[in-house]
Amino acid sequence: MERLSYFEIFSQIIGHFWPVWIALVVFFIVSYLTRNHTGLYGKLFASPIGLIGLGIVMFWVFTAIFADLIITFDPYGQISGMKNKVPGTPVRGLEGEYYLLGGDRLARDVFSRVVMGSRSVLTIAPAATMFAFMVGIMLGLVAGYLPGKFDTMVSFLANLVLAFPVILLFYLMVSPAIQETGLPTILAAVMFLFPIAFFAVLVNSRLYTQPMKRNIIVGLILLVGFWIYLGLAFDSDPFGIFSMDPNLLNVFVSVVFANSPTIFRIVRSLALEIKTRDYVAAAQTRGEGTWYILLWEILPNARGPLIVDFCLRIGYTTILLGTLGFFGLGVSPESPDWGSTINEGRKILTLYPHGAVPPALSLMSLVLGLNLLADGLREQSLKD
Amino acid sequence: MFRFILRRLGITVISVLCLTFVVFILTNLDGNLVKLAKFLGSQRMSAEQVDTWLDLNGFNQPDVIRYGEWLGVLPSYQLVQDDGKILGRCTRPGVSLEDTPRYCGIFQGNWGWSVIFREEVDSIIFKRLALTGWLMLYVMLIMVPIALVIGILAGMREGTRTDRTLSTFSIITTATPEYVSGVLLVALFSSNAVGLKWFKGSAASAMENITFENFTLPVATMALYGMGYIARMTRASMAEVMTSQYIRTARLKGVSFTAIVLKHALRNALIAPFTVIMLQFPWLLTGVVIVETLFNYKGFGWTLVQAASNNDINLLLGCSIIAVIVVLITQLISDIGYVFLNPRIRVS
Repeated sequence: MERLSYFEIFSQIIGHFWPVWIALVVFFIVSYLTRNHTGLYGKLFASPIGLIGLGIVMFWVFTAIFADLIITFDPYGQISGMKNKVPGTPVRGLEGEYYLLGGDRLARDVFSRVVMGSRSVLTIAPAATMFAFMVGIMLGLVAGYLPGKFDTMVSFLANLVLAFPVILLFYLMVSPAIQETGLPTILAAVMFLFPIAFFAVLVNSRLYTQPMKRNIIVGLILLVGFWIYLGLAFDSDPFGIFSMDPNLLNVFVSVVFANSPTIFRIVRSLALEIKTRDYVAAAQTRGEGTWYILLWEILPNARGPLIVDFCLRIGYTTILLGTLGFFGLGVSPESPDWGSTINEGRKILTLYPHGAVPPALSLMSLVLGLNLLADGLREQSLKD
Repeated sequence: MFRFILRRLGITVISVLCLTFVVFILTNLDGNLVKLAKFLGSQRMSAEQVDTWLDLNGFNQPDVIRYGEWLGVLPSYQLVQDDGKILGRCTRPGVSLEDTPRYCGIFQGNWGWSVIFREEVDSIIFKRLALTGWLMLYVMLIMVPIALVIGILAGMREGTRTDRTLSTFSIITTATPEYVSGVLLVALFSSNAVGLKWFKGSAASAMENITFENFTLPVATMALYGMGYIARMTRASMAEVMTSQYIRTARLKGVSFTAIVLKHALRNALIAPFTVIMLQFPWLLTGVVIVETLFNYKGFGWTLVQAASNNDINLLLGCSIIAVIVVLITQLISDIGYVFLNPRIRVS
């Protein structure tokens, strides 16, 4: 069989992404029709840059969701004779099947690996960012609202972490000797408490006047929260539904740890500014509790900058995860995530660049999409 | 002002002590010490033998005391064995007991012995730092002027086509981390597949002799990622200055647009980017590590990776202290510089 021409490769790849195109069309039609009811998100339709960003981001989100339908081969499977083969090489013995983007050093299909890799990138990066935000928001709001010893101490610690070179932090955190001491588990145990505390306090402060309703909801949150908590942090979920690979936990914890000080600083400065507003004074006069003021008066009014930063930070986290993979510190050497694949491919880069270029371009496009989306959102939120 | 600088200096010193202590603890974990013992002693030592070895060599003292020894504020551990061999961190092969100093820490200029390079840590680090210095110098020379020009051109006429093109360019570069742009540049300019082969994909030869051919790709890779960020900051600050009252006054006086930009706007617009450029240093460090690994340029970043992956405790500590000090000093300079440059901020 003949090798495919570049045009054929391109059209075949476009064709394999069919579930993504359908999902994108549906997504944009629904979003457009409901744009008047979705607040800041709906206003995005006035900003072309933001729309392009949203399109790219959603493309990768849908790719991650439908990865099983898109891949042409098993991302871990090796087919003999396909080692380092150039893009568009037909697979021996299979009529009409091609390695669309070529084969890697271990004769695996690069295209399927890149598509599958989007899944691991798009679950870890947003989740890690979310956790970092919970930690940063909880500490930052308190530090900004109540100046004093707590503020001084946490700010000093945050500056310490920020002065620590990220790369060194990763090397130290991911080393096997540290895993033996159980430090990552302790850190996870502390940091994973923040989301539970956040939601419990959020509901508690709101429904303080309706004790019955509050008790039920807070109880449910604590129950489910600690169930997931046991599974993720200690890998001891009694039902075995939630669990986290120790390597993944390590990576996750390092990324959250490296990200939260910056978020803390942003939230703290926002809280410092917003607490001087009249509505906060009004809430204080009404005799509202501290947590109510923090989470229901200050936080909602800080949402604009926080949403923008959230988008940017997912991109930044993606870059960090890629960096980890690049140094072989990632989830596992087999894993198809983009950083590890780039690391695999870079060793033979000058001879066979097709192994490293597709994951590199994917990572770049995802981060670019997130940056453009953040820019669009910032532009629209400033118009208010 | 003086008190402000003094206070900031004090905080910096405390931070350096805290961070090096943390690194000290993390590199001297039990697991690492066992590996070290096996590496220096013998691979086949049993658990008790390892413990005896650690005891004899003074590794089993409390961490705080060993940190003090490493700093050079506490006398170092020494043990003279029956056969006259001296054990301890100050000991060097072939040096007699009388010549072995009591204090040998960072303060005495003794950074320890690197087990993988078989050399004094300080001489390795300063040799490697010099190599990285060249890389940084070229990166700064390329990155800062281009970024400032892009930012100023984009910011002086907000919303025009020039602005949008340049802004898109800077967003793209900020979305391209070094390991992505490095891979793309190498694939494009030095791989067989594309066949351009303009530059070399390895900078190993640049360690002796920097040429256009072997140094362009590493410098470009590093400069690209930092450039976009600085350019965006400059653009934002320039755009803000251009809407201010005194610029309007100058325009109404009939000053030409070029003169306004160069004489009136530029000085105030460059305050914010100054801070940003200084704060880029910590990030540049990660970039240095990536680029040096990718292009096989054996500078400071490469050494750090070697130290970390081969568990060379003294070398890793040395690298960390340099990295931390560089970061903290740039933060200090950026804080003090900001106050100096910006007349609206008054401390004390």
